[in-house]
Amino acid sequence: MILTSLRLALRALRGNPLRSILTMLGVIIGVAAVITTISIGTGARQSVERQFSALGTNLLTVIPGRITAPGGISTGGGAAQTLKIADAEAIAQSLAGVEAVAAEFSRSGQVVFGPQNDVTTISGVTPSFPAVRNWNPESGAFFTEADMRGRARVVVIGKTVKDNLFGDADPVGQTIRINRLSFTVIGVMEGKGSTGFSDRDDAVWIPLSTAQKRLFGVDFVRSIYVKVRNPERMADVQGQVEALLRTRHRIREGADSDFTVRNQAEFVRTFQGVNETITMLLTGIAAVSLIVGGIGIMNIMLVSVTERTREIGIRKAIGATRRDILVQFLVEAIVLSIAGGAVGIALAFAASGALASSTGWPLVTPTWAIALASGSAAAIGIFFGFYPAARASRLDPIQALRYE
Amino acid sequence: MLIALENVTKVFRMDGEEVHALRGVSLEIREGEFVAIIGPSGSGKSTMMNILGLLDRPTSGRFLFDGRDVTTMNDAELARLRNRRIGFIFQSFNLLPRTPAIENVELPMVYSRDRDRRARALEALAAVGLEKRAFHHPSQLSGGEQQRVAIGRALVMRPSILLADEPTGNLDTKRGIEIMRIFEHLNREGVTIALITHEPDIAAYAKRIVRFRDGVIESDVLDRHRATTGDPPAVAAPTSPAPSSLVPRPVAPDARESGEGRA
Repeated sequence: MILTSLRLALRALRGNPLRSILTMLGVIIGVAAVITTISIGTGARQSVERQFSALGTNLLTVIPGRITAPGGISTGGGAAQTLKIADAEAIAQSLAGVEAVAAEFSRSGQVVFGPQNDVTTISGVTPSFPAVRNWNPESGAFFTEADMRGRARVVVIGKTVKDNLFGDADPVGQTIRINRLSFTVIGVMEGKGSTGFSDRDDAVWIPLSTAQKRLFGVDFVRSIYVKVRNPERMADVQGQVEALLRTRHRIREGADSDFTVRNQAEFVRTFQGVNETITMLLTGIAAVSLIVGGIGIMNIMLVSVTERTREIGIRKAIGATRRDILVQFLVEAIVLSIAGGAVGIALAFAASGALASSTGWPLVTPTWAIALASGSAAAIGIFFGFYPAARASRLDPIQALRYE
Repeated sequence: MLIALENVTKVFRMDGEEVHALRGVSLEIREGEFVAIIGPSGSGKSTMMNILGLLDRPTSGRFLFDGRDVTTMNDAELARLRNRRIGFIFQSFNLLPRTPAIENVELPMVYSRDRDRRARALEALAAVGLEKRAFHHPSQLSGGEQQRVAIGRALVMRPSILLADEPTGNLDTKRGIEIMRIFEHLNREGVTIALITHEPDIAAYAKRIVRFRDGVIESDVLDRHRATTGDPPAVAAPTSPAPSSLVPRPVAPDARESGEGRA
């Protein structure tokens, strides 16, 4: 019986192919949109997780300003000028559980090599940066304490900047201009890839002292990275860093700190929270189009029931029960929505592939997203197909046979 | 007794007004009978047909189909009875469009969930002489052929009774006679037939003529000669005068009325 209904449904839909395709279009777009947004979200999430885990779990980050809401970032965060390089030195010298400390001040700026130029992140860091972030030069070397003391005009460049300015040529030993000051390239950092939202290789690193005094004219830092010796003592060290900085900044008991210490896990959580919110929002919008598609199916099924009133009358006279008629039209609606779902899945793969290759975002399509999309397509077919089918099944055979 | 109606009435409500389509009809049809139901439009013969076909329920009265009271049955039981016991033939054929003849004939078996649908449908088509046209769509068949497909569809379940509502109304006289000859043949083989018509020449093929007027049976005449011998009527063409073997009374007024109806 199901097989017969299926054959019937396919014949009915083939009878009017353009209408069938237009009807399916809503579901096709809805399903494709749902899967693609979930793919973007999942891709971003996985690449962030991978990168943070590569960084290590033993990293604390101190940023100026107070982060209030748990998991949220206050507007003042990062803008305050309360963190100094001396704070970083104090943490390194006085806390036993700390393995290394790096400080950073970065701003975007222009780098020029010959006719090539590029706007990128100019990151002033202490020489301990590679050790603290587990991130080393791929060729050449990072700058030293001597470079730091002498505010040397040396630069280590990221992979993306190297590709943009030098192509395949070896940049080490070349001179580039950063905001009109000339710097000697002494190394190229290994590639870390993109997080989905920002390319971490699109940056250059110069001594923090050079950045503060020669380039930007500031005396504060944007972040202090603390590498903890024993990952199991993260919480202890986090408390010690907080206590030390509160003393140094003369913050009274009970008052809010003018800085925030976070560990990697918190960062990941914050980022994933934002990511999840955005993904859910977009998926929600996509889901709305799926529902609109369902309404389209209902509309066409109602038209179809009216057009086929006589056929329904014939079937009933010949012995079809209400249930037979209900099943027939329901199967037709479900076939429409499932076929739409299948085309939508194919379209989602095509769109994801195109997006990934054109934007460089890492897109990952989880199996559950496909299951979810097919499931909702089928559910929409049943939900929006039921009313027209019920109406068909309730038709009075005598009236239906008389219908012209 | 295949069909037993006892004092059946049917009242419709149209625009708040009551229309008494049947005002107390009692009728019995035995197995093997060939009954023509005639009468002017509005006489209640179509309502009668819908009730006999289990498509409609009487407002009051009793209806026993093969001894079972159908007035108390639910929709699914009625659908099942229609499917297995009744074969419908309509004036406008009512084949499913864009569906090959063979699948139209298979349709009742789809709803009875029977097996061997293809083989049985081919057999039924062969019985009406259309086995070569099995895979033609209705639009590719002539009116007479379409009606023969419909007869095949009505017969494929081997029903207890064939209900034909103006089966020749959309056909020319030649095709009409062809169809009536098939009916005669079927009846001779034992198929019970109830036929609605307003054409006396068509009614003349039946062995019994029931005339409706104003919702009641006006006359119910058995042609004893035909009922016993099963001889075909002596009509050569529908335009010829009524043959002597037929009871003359019902023919004349009906011819007048149907003439008006066609005008």
